[in-house]
Amino acid sequence: MSDNKDMELIDENGKRLDGREFDELRDIKIEAGILKRADGSAYIEWGKNKVMAAVYGPREMHPRHAQEPSKAVVRARYNMAAFSVPDRKRPGPDRRSVEISKIISEALEEVVFVEMFPRAVIDIFIEVLEASAGTRCAGLTVASVALADAGIPMSNMIASCAAGKIDGHVVLDLGKNEDNFGEADVPVGIVPNTDKITLLQMDGNLTKEEYEEAMELAIDACDEIYEIQRDALKVRYSTTLEDHGEPDDEIEKIQEEA
Amino acid sequence: MSDNKKKNKRELLLPGDLIEESEEFKPGRGTFKKDGKIYAAKLGVKTFRSGYVNVAAQSGRYDPKKGDKVIGTITDLDSSIWMVDINAPFISILHVNDVPWRVEYGDTASYIDVGDAVLIRITDVDELKKTQVSMDEEGLRKLNSGQIIEIAPSQVPRVIGRKGSMISMLKNYTGCRIFVGQNGRIWIDGDLEGQYIAVKAIQMIEEKAQVLGLTNAVEEFLKKETGKDLDESGR
Amino acid sequence: MKEIISSITQDYLYRLIKDGKRIDGRDMLEHRDLDIQVGWIGPAEGSARVKLGDTEVIVGIKMDEGEPFPDTPDKGVIITSAELIPMASPKYESGPPGEDATEVARVVDRGIREAGVVDTSKLCIVEGEKVWMIFIDIHVLNFDGNLIDASGIGAMAALMDAVVPASEFQDDAEDYDLPIEHIVIPTTFTKIKDTIMLDSGLEEEKIANARLTVSTNEDGDIVAMQKGLSGTFEYEDTLKCVELSQEIGGSLRQKVIDIVEKGKV
Repeated sequence: MSDNKDMELIDENGKRLDGREFDELRDIKIEAGILKRADGSAYIEWGKNKVMAAVYGPREMHPRHAQEPSKAVVRARYNMAAFSVPDRKRPGPDRRSVEISKIISEALEEVVFVEMFPRAVIDIFIEVLEASAGTRCAGLTVASVALADAGIPMSNMIASCAAGKIDGHVVLDLGKNEDNFGEADVPVGIVPNTDKITLLQMDGNLTKEEYEEAMELAIDACDEIYEIQRDALKVRYSTTLEDHGEPDDEIEKIQEEA
Repeated sequence: MSDNKKKNKRELLLPGDLIEESEEFKPGRGTFKKDGKIYAAKLGVKTFRSGYVNVAAQSGRYDPKKGDKVIGTITDLDSSIWMVDINAPFISILHVNDVPWRVEYGDTASYIDVGDAVLIRITDVDELKKTQVSMDEEGLRKLNSGQIIEIAPSQVPRVIGRKGSMISMLKNYTGCRIFVGQNGRIWIDGDLEGQYIAVKAIQMIEEKAQVLGLTNAVEEFLKKETGKDLDESGR
Repeated sequence: MKEIISSITQDYLYRLIKDGKRIDGRDMLEHRDLDIQVGWIGPAEGSARVKLGDTEVIVGIKMDEGEPFPDTPDKGVIITSAELIPMASPKYESGPPGEDATEVARVVDRGIREAGVVDTSKLCIVEGEKVWMIFIDIHVLNFDGNLIDASGIGAMAALMDAVVPASEFQDDAEDYDLPIEHIVIPTTFTKIKDTIMLDSGLEEEKIANARLTVSTNEDGDIVAMQKGLSGTFEYEDTLKCVELSQEIGGSLRQKVIDIVEKGKV
């Protein structure tokens, strides 16, 4: 957030720079199952953001001393490609990406049934290929789809979205200039079935009333995003639902004939 | 029976989706219970069996279960055990007491060596997911020829087919011996040409997007590749 | 977990190859389907997303003003990096680029920088003080064998797609296409027992004895080579690979040109 006020973020018709209403999301497209090597994967385009997520695991945790004897470790790694931003980003982790990785890991651990996989790790690699404000929300959203695609047992997916304040108005899903020149940004991640909050950050300046307004906008939008997440998985698996299969308990009998 | 009726419903469930509100069923694999209701814990389709409602996963890694017959590859050994990669999160252990031969201490490598493929049964999965396997049972063995390919474990039922129809068709056309392990590894043995065609047919089953009439499509492929035309009754 | 290929499967692959066949049904000198998309990354000055079979890489070009090297005060600078991010394979780990990533970056770099692909003398702003720096970043998304060709073709296509953002840095300057002098195409061959094949997939790479990359330009000149793995080649084999590279490179080059031209419209 910056105090720089030389940028008009809302025009005389009450529309935002990209023509959106205050409570309008940017366009979001999600595709599940895009990478062959990974156990699960997904890709999201959110406005101009392009983010990919891959899940590997559960698999053995290395280094061994990092293993948890009674549960799996959920380890997200958020990484920005060097070419994802106007000024080339030096490859490798910085303080920002380490922090985002941590809060995304923690947000996801809430929904994963980690106790089913002691000593294991579930790795989630989030690659930001193009960044245009809101990459942590896009990353958490797409990582949830990749986890479901990887068959990881979870109580629910997580949907994530930010709200904020620009030119004195509370608005949903800040775009790039709104993020740079606005007054507040509140990224939120929720468990859609319960509306419980698993990710919450804020920077800038809000009154309590504005905070309430922002949270309501963000939580409503998360429900909308959850539907997009679900649709992506339904499209991906629509062709595998035809019942060709044999119930598990009969497989053994057929195996014997080999 | 309501069991049978519900069996063929193929609606995709996602984690957190409500499956059952009634007390009629108990929560089985791939589900969880909360406030008296049963929800899906995994992406998959529901199945009902002996009072339990389960979600059969449609994706994901192999999760070893006691009793499963699987194909493993030896990754390491010491004087009394072999380490076996069974495509699961952890390496499993094959002890010298669980093979059909009397192996002298330190003589493990002369029986089964690193890189060897084995057909084994999972005999134990403990609470820390430590997995024991055994080869001491009729039919279980070291695999000395042929090849192993890997498919997604969730696709195993499709390769086997209804009442084994797909797998027997594959065997009949290619003349290969084929064993489908529950861990998604498939052993195929036969002449070079037969193996080659079997692999392609299995890849087709796994990847084929238009699933309607999959069996027919695979049969057409097999006819074309092998030049055979086996009568329906031949299965 | 290390990826292990069972000895029976290995034997099967050897027998198949001896019989003149490959696992995916390709001819020995046939490459996998090649798909290239350029201009895909907005903030990059040039970009290309390349799929070679299931191997997938994204190459982004970023440019900035910087100081020239003292021995070439009037020439732009090209820096190539590759990241084998852990998304791409269960084998890759987080952390600074390892030796595999470094080898890919170096081989691609040789086929570009020393091959004179970009006319760096046209990238001088103030001699001895300010020149254009070109960063080529290779991001591997899915690893299914033959990274060098996918990355090299991606880097070439991304450079051809690139526009020098002069107007952002200098008053009354206009953006212009990056001056491309040559189009270099790498072709990588692997040797399994006595058979030489083009563009190995992952399974083939796992059992390969030796690898040879030959990069050629449109004149058929060899501009970069790299022999990899512990096996050996006969001298005659290397000659054959050079001839093949000239021939195969020709058709791939035309494909890259067509795609970039279409992408620029």
